[in-house]
Amino acid sequence: MSDTLSDTLSNTQRNARNDTRSDTLRADLKLIADLIDPGKRVLDVGCGDGALLDYLVTEKQVDGRGLEISQQGVNACVAKGLFVIQGDADNDLSEYPDDSFDYVVLSKTLQAVYRPRDVLLNLLRIGKRAVVTIPNFAQWRVRLSLLRRGRMPVTKELDKTWYNTDNIHFCTILDLFDLIESEGLTVKEFVPHNKMGKKLNMNRTRANWVADQALFLLEK
Amino acid sequence: MHKPEGHTARLFDDRCLTLDSGAQLSPVSVGYELYGTLNETRSNAVLICHALTGDQYVASTHPITGKPGWWERLIGPGKLIDTNKYFVICSNVLGGCLGTTGPWQENPATGTPWGLDFPVITIRDMVRVQAELLDHLGVGELFMVVGGSMGGMQVLEWLTTYPERLHSSIVLASAARHTAQNIAFHEVGRQAVMADPNWHSGAYYDKDSKPDKGLSVARMTAHITYLSEDALTKKFGRNLQAREAVSFGFDADFQVESYLRHQGSAFVDRFDANSYLYITRAMDYLDIARRYDGRLADAFKAAAHVRCCVISFSSDWLYPTSENKSIAHAMNAAGVRVSFAEIESPHGHDAFLLDEPEMDQMLAGFVSAAALSRGLVS
Repeated sequence: MSDTLSDTLSNTQRNARNDTRSDTLRADLKLIADLIDPGKRVLDVGCGDGALLDYLVTEKQVDGRGLEISQQGVNACVAKGLFVIQGDADNDLSEYPDDSFDYVVLSKTLQAVYRPRDVLLNLLRIGKRAVVTIPNFAQWRVRLSLLRRGRMPVTKELDKTWYNTDNIHFCTILDLFDLIESEGLTVKEFVPHNKMGKKLNMNRTRANWVADQALFLLEK
Repeated sequence: MHKPEGHTARLFDDRCLTLDSGAQLSPVSVGYELYGTLNETRSNAVLICHALTGDQYVASTHPITGKPGWWERLIGPGKLIDTNKYFVICSNVLGGCLGTTGPWQENPATGTPWGLDFPVITIRDMVRVQAELLDHLGVGELFMVVGGSMGGMQVLEWLTTYPERLHSSIVLASAARHTAQNIAFHEVGRQAVMADPNWHSGAYYDKDSKPDKGLSVARMTAHITYLSEDALTKKFGRNLQAREAVSFGFDADFQVESYLRHQGSAFVDRFDANSYLYITRAMDYLDIARRYDGRLADAFKAAAHVRCCVISFSSDWLYPTSENKSIAHAMNAAGVRVSFAEIESPHGHDAFLLDEPEMDQMLAGFVSAAALSRGLVS
């Protein structure tokens, strides 16, 4: 898809997750961390090098576990004393028992899985709550790029072309609301934000134009 | 068989070891090696569990072959498992042939070697003997228990049987049960031994010849399962052995044949054929989930406090990633803190013994984080 989107995402993710110091947790990860109560059981799906998990374990004393596809990410997590299973959202979530976590976090990964609906439902089977963040494909710059160029947007944030991006299921904020509501799930918190992680206080329709990303705290 | 230099403990002297089969053994001798020093708080002990044809010489020269210890790459002063910091214990398994009670040893009831009268043992029986050895050495809790292949199976049985004695554990290229294919390969090996006329139904210890041919074929078969097709192709291809053309005969024309014959003949110098039968049988009998109504996760419920690391290798078809990953998921489902990865490697099952930088990096991170949590480093 979006190349840009995807690249940006992966780049920011990588950069942010290289930063292991809790006081410098990347802003969009901090938004996630702020939603998680201390001492709970947390599964971070696509946990990268474990920056968020490390923060949650250190600062919020959670019982944290990770799922991560890259060996580099796994090794970084293990070296931090975290516990992570190498795997991915499409293939491994089904192995986790029902209600085994208080929170399951899926940060900027839903658009890269093969079966987003199954993954979403699995998150809320495994966890009491799910924290899902998505890049918003309806943000005005993306819309403008598509309108003007007539091609899948490639921007600074989405710097990969449609044929080599990992992001195979891009969606918009309204798209995700539609899926959530059609599955009868509840949105406990909706936090649209820009790519710096700054919260944007607005409703879903306006956020769908303006926000680069959005965070959803979901319950069954 | 051999009574090498090294430590030997005499255990189960005043009471019997009751085996899974119901049979009892007393006494039980155990050959073992120690590296490093037990600290004052007795909190730095690491038990290394060896694989099918391994032994206690994990980090010191083998008394028969004169070769370096089988895991000196990872264990020793300044190594990944640093014997300047940790007290490393490695013992020959029950049924083995380097100082530990097995079919080669004298049956106290008859005064002659056990042979096939030796009771059939299990992986858990091996672990029971190791636990007794720790008592003998004054080690209560292990900082870590580590093993690859059959060693990993022992680690799993440590987790099911003595979880309260463990702080952390590492399982490499292993399985919680033997599949039909695993059993099949072992059966070929055993039949090769039994078909050797020198085997004499296991009563060969007083004879001039041992069933070397059969044991050698068993080893050759098994050795193929330790390598990947790619590894064999890269190492040997169809290269000929010291000749320009095929001989139109049954000499070892191909390098791979010569290599396997060497593996087989070198093996019989250091291993007892009956031990091979008993230990392979113990592995075949392994099916941990079966004791828990098929739910492997239930086996690990009492081990939720143990830090675990499970690793598989992409080209290992003996104990493939699927088996290892199912162990990790079962541990996870039981609330055990476990990390798992499949290391990309072309080396097949033997990769766990070889230079695999990604494995080393993961293990180094795991060991140092575990040491930190155990208070072994400041």
